[in-house]
Amino acid sequence: MHELSIAASIVDAVTDTASHYPGARVREVKLRIGALASVIEDSLQFCWEISVAGTPLEGSKLVVNVLPVIVNCGACGKQGQLASLQSFRCPYCDEPAGDVRQGRELEIESIEIDEIEETV
Amino acid sequence: MTTRIVELRRGILKKNDELAAGLRSRFTAANVLVLNLVSSPGTGKTTFLERTLRELRSGGARVAALVGDLETDNDARRLAASGAPVRQINTHGICHLDADMIDKHLSAWEGVTLSGLDYLFIENVGNLVCPSSYDLGEKIRVALLSVTEGEDKPLKYPTLFNSADAAVITKIDLAEPCGFDRELALRNINEIRPGIRVFETSARSGAGMDGWLAYLAAERAGRNA
Repeated sequence: MHELSIAASIVDAVTDTASHYPGARVREVKLRIGALASVIEDSLQFCWEISVAGTPLEGSKLVVNVLPVIVNCGACGKQGQLASLQSFRCPYCDEPAGDVRQGRELEIESIEIDEIEETV
Repeated sequence: MTTRIVELRRGILKKNDELAAGLRSRFTAANVLVLNLVSSPGTGKTTFLERTLRELRSGGARVAALVGDLETDNDARRLAASGAPVRQINTHGICHLDADMIDKHLSAWEGVTLSGLDYLFIENVGNLVCPSSYDLGEKIRVALLSVTEGEDKPLKYPTLFNSADAAVITKIDLAEPCGFDRELALRNINEIRPGIRVFETSARSGAGMDGWLAYLAAERAGRNA
């Protein structure tokens, strides 16, 4: 259960970016999380509300885009998506395939903010 | 009020990754081989590491260990029996070590400098999930599995086993009474991390330690055993 630490890292990074837009409120945070990243969306959502309380992210929605694992097969040269994490084999030729090309991502993709327009 | 989308494309653990990259270049510059040992609680990391430290020392190598636990310095005291410098990191509830903890403890460690070491071992908090996300700047991540845990552990914790550079099966002196299915365990490890180096060891009897120590020496020398 390190999702609380992960949530805190997201809040820090987003707060940092949001500080360039004074007075802005963050409405939504979009993540890209690989299936091998050891982060469980449900746990992260569960932590979100308490993690954002009292920050510019308070009330924001967390959107998690989970990326499947894609391996590159040394035997047949194709790239393909693993059907499960129980077996790292090429989906085309069934040879062992340990060369992971996607699935370890742990990224903030974008944020949506409401900007206060400057008044003169 | 206007709504704006700001693209970040930023790693969530960017701070940790940057710190770990800094540590890795310091480790490389000091020519110290750094390993991060990860397993469930009870696999026998501490016993295995204690024997590794002792044998490396008796071979003339300069070794040290950082050991992570939620609470107590019991493991540090056990490891100190090897004669190597050992420093306990108490995380007080945090389920993993991160690069910042390693950095701070290395700076505060009196009498130990990276340039004075050949090997530095980091024994992570006993946990097969969370440590996989946190790079500590190590060259080799070692996943350990004991014969008492069940052969399907790699299948249950694929994210950790898939991130490992080497695997160690511990307590093989107990394999028979536990009904340990060696072939199945090796097959499962290879399903999750094809081609990984696997060492079958007993820290109690010393079985398999020679192969493990030869691997460490070869990795430190920068060649493949």
